[in-house]
Amino acid sequence: MDMLAGKVKLTQQSVTSAMNPSAALDRPIRIEARDVTVHYGAKQALFGISIDIPDRAVTSFIGPSGCGKSTFLRCINRMNDTIEGARVGGTIKLDGEDIYDPALDVVELRARIGMVFQKPNPFPKSIYENVAYGPRIHGLARSKADLDEIVVSSLRKAGLFEEVKDRLNEPGTGLSGGQQQRLCIARAIAVGPEVILMDEPCSALDPIATAIIEELIDELRENYTIVIVTHSMQQAARVSQKTAFFHLGKLIEEGVTEDIFTNPVHKQTQDYIMGRIG
Amino acid sequence: MATDHITAAREISQERTRLVRSGLRRRHRNEAIFRGLGIAAIALALGFVALLFVDMTRKGIPAFVQSNLHLEVFFDPAIIDVGPAPVASEFASPAQYQAADLRWRRELALLNWNRILEASLMAKVPAGTEISSRELLSIPETNARHQLREMFVANPDLLGRTVPVDILASANADNWVKGNINRSLGDAQQQLSPAARTVIDAFEADGTITNGFAWALFTNTDSRAAPASAGLLGAFVGSLYMMLIVIVLAVPIGVAAAIYLEEFAPKSRLTDFIEVNINNLAAVPSIVFGLLGAAVFINYMHLPISAPLVGGLVLTLMTLPTIIIATRGALLGVSPALRQAALGMGASKTQMVFHHVLPVTLPSILTATILGVAHALGETAPLLLIGMKAFVAQVPATPLDQATALPVQIYLWQGNENRNFFEPRTAAAIMVLLGVMIVLNGTAIYLRSRLEKRV
Repeated sequence: MDMLAGKVKLTQQSVTSAMNPSAALDRPIRIEARDVTVHYGAKQALFGISIDIPDRAVTSFIGPSGCGKSTFLRCINRMNDTIEGARVGGTIKLDGEDIYDPALDVVELRARIGMVFQKPNPFPKSIYENVAYGPRIHGLARSKADLDEIVVSSLRKAGLFEEVKDRLNEPGTGLSGGQQQRLCIARAIAVGPEVILMDEPCSALDPIATAIIEELIDELRENYTIVIVTHSMQQAARVSQKTAFFHLGKLIEEGVTEDIFTNPVHKQTQDYIMGRIG
Repeated sequence: MATDHITAAREISQERTRLVRSGLRRRHRNEAIFRGLGIAAIALALGFVALLFVDMTRKGIPAFVQSNLHLEVFFDPAIIDVGPAPVASEFASPAQYQAADLRWRRELALLNWNRILEASLMAKVPAGTEISSRELLSIPETNARHQLREMFVANPDLLGRTVPVDILASANADNWVKGNINRSLGDAQQQLSPAARTVIDAFEADGTITNGFAWALFTNTDSRAAPASAGLLGAFVGSLYMMLIVIVLAVPIGVAAAIYLEEFAPKSRLTDFIEVNINNLAAVPSIVFGLLGAAVFINYMHLPISAPLVGGLVLTLMTLPTIIIATRGALLGVSPALRQAALGMGASKTQMVFHHVLPVTLPSILTATILGVAHALGETAPLLLIGMKAFVAQVPATPLDQATALPVQIYLWQGNENRNFFEPRTAAAIMVLLGVMIVLNGTAIYLRSRLEKRV
């Protein structure tokens, strides 16, 4: 019960930080999307999305199911490339560099832009191997000691180290759902990305695990640019400094989180926030 | 008014319960019928398998035991009058020694070793029994004289000495001892003469003939002249070579093809076409693969006839579709979450496949492969068409030598005219083949459970 109370307090803290958006929009722009369209075969999923994503802040995408928020998120690290028949139009620039430039290596891009998925998906390997995998394939560790160091610090940053330090060689799939999701975050951090994309990271988790992840996101934004897709407006309000509302493949409204939730410009946004659509 | 309303509602609810309940009975009955049918099907299938095993074992077990004659053989200097074996040191050159040795051996081969055999048999025949030389020699297997000669070649010091020798009884004598022959049949229908039968009975009574484990079945190759010495070794080695060829060729090619088709190939009309064709190939009767092998490997590529190499290639072609389909199925079963996790970490497609997808599917691929190889091992029809049903009396030294295979050996023995002797042998050969299959499938299950336990 004490633990639960602690978590609730943590959540309140995050809310406080979101209420003072520390001038999120004053931050430099990290990702710049212009007129992004996505077609799955003949079906158009996204219609001309243009948005700027600020550096070292949390940007959340909200909207009803099927509104295209996940599709857009997956454009940012080109995960849509892996889907048969998906076509992406428009431009997305990371630090002014077009990520759809044919000369750009998608492997390198994904090392710079990490991703956390809706359902925790640790590799069916040990906890250690899960975190060590990224640094290993990208050749980031010079020695075993180096790698150990990366694994420990990544697990620490993901707030998981204390819980798993005695069983690093046990399978990652044996952890609880929330721990698995933090392991996936640690795995993403281990590569040293600049941006972390999170696709509804808490939708498969219970409220306590959700609170822990939200607190973690709040800590991570000091060092990483985070984009999170969520279907929970409360979560968007709690963790993000900037919010974008998607509906039927279009970006309806974007702005400082506080403004979106207290003073939406568009009627559709207002309806969604009031719970009238979605 | 209100009570009416409540009564009406209750009636509707009761009516609904009655409807559900009447349907329920039918639903439970259907379930019971279906379960009963399932159990019956399983019982029937298990019953047939049990019948097969029991019948095979009942028929085959006697063949693992064979009649042996225990004789005291005197290497009579009066018969073996070829002089001492040449010694290498007495000759000026190795060539001269070889020539002398060959001459000595030829002279030995021309001797009548049956006279020595006959003398040792006669020594055991009870006094007063009338039996001709021909009748007496129908008791040991016809290759006994070669056995004695080889003993002497290996050890010329045996000259003039009497040593105990175990000799296989002939197939007919073996049948008689084991009771495979109806003893009440008339002389005209018996393979052995009355005198020979009397002597065999006497031998059995005094312990000259005893039944021992049929090592010949495992250490000898097939034989027609001396059926009692016919064994499976040649066929076993032939099958082994083919199995190795299938494993070496079909597994890497099949798995690689499946990985390419499933993970890398763009979905197009061409890949659809290839997929349909692979599925069709899996359904092609195996004898067609035999025809293909005969046409391509033997007629066109001029590979040797009856060779395990050609058999292995044909079986590889036959096994490939099975392995490709099974591997693709296994790859398809891998959750997309794992692929996304790997790609999201910046793994290349190849790294995704080899680091994550393949390790997860390895147990299924392995099982499918071993089952495919086991299936190939039991295949007979295509081998008949590439000449592997020839009678081969040597153990093939390389996959290019003539050989036969276990299932073909079963087919050949099944057709042997000495039914009484070869029916149990055939059953025994089937038991050996089934034993190999059980070992293979057991390995598959063991490897699977071990790999699945690993993280």
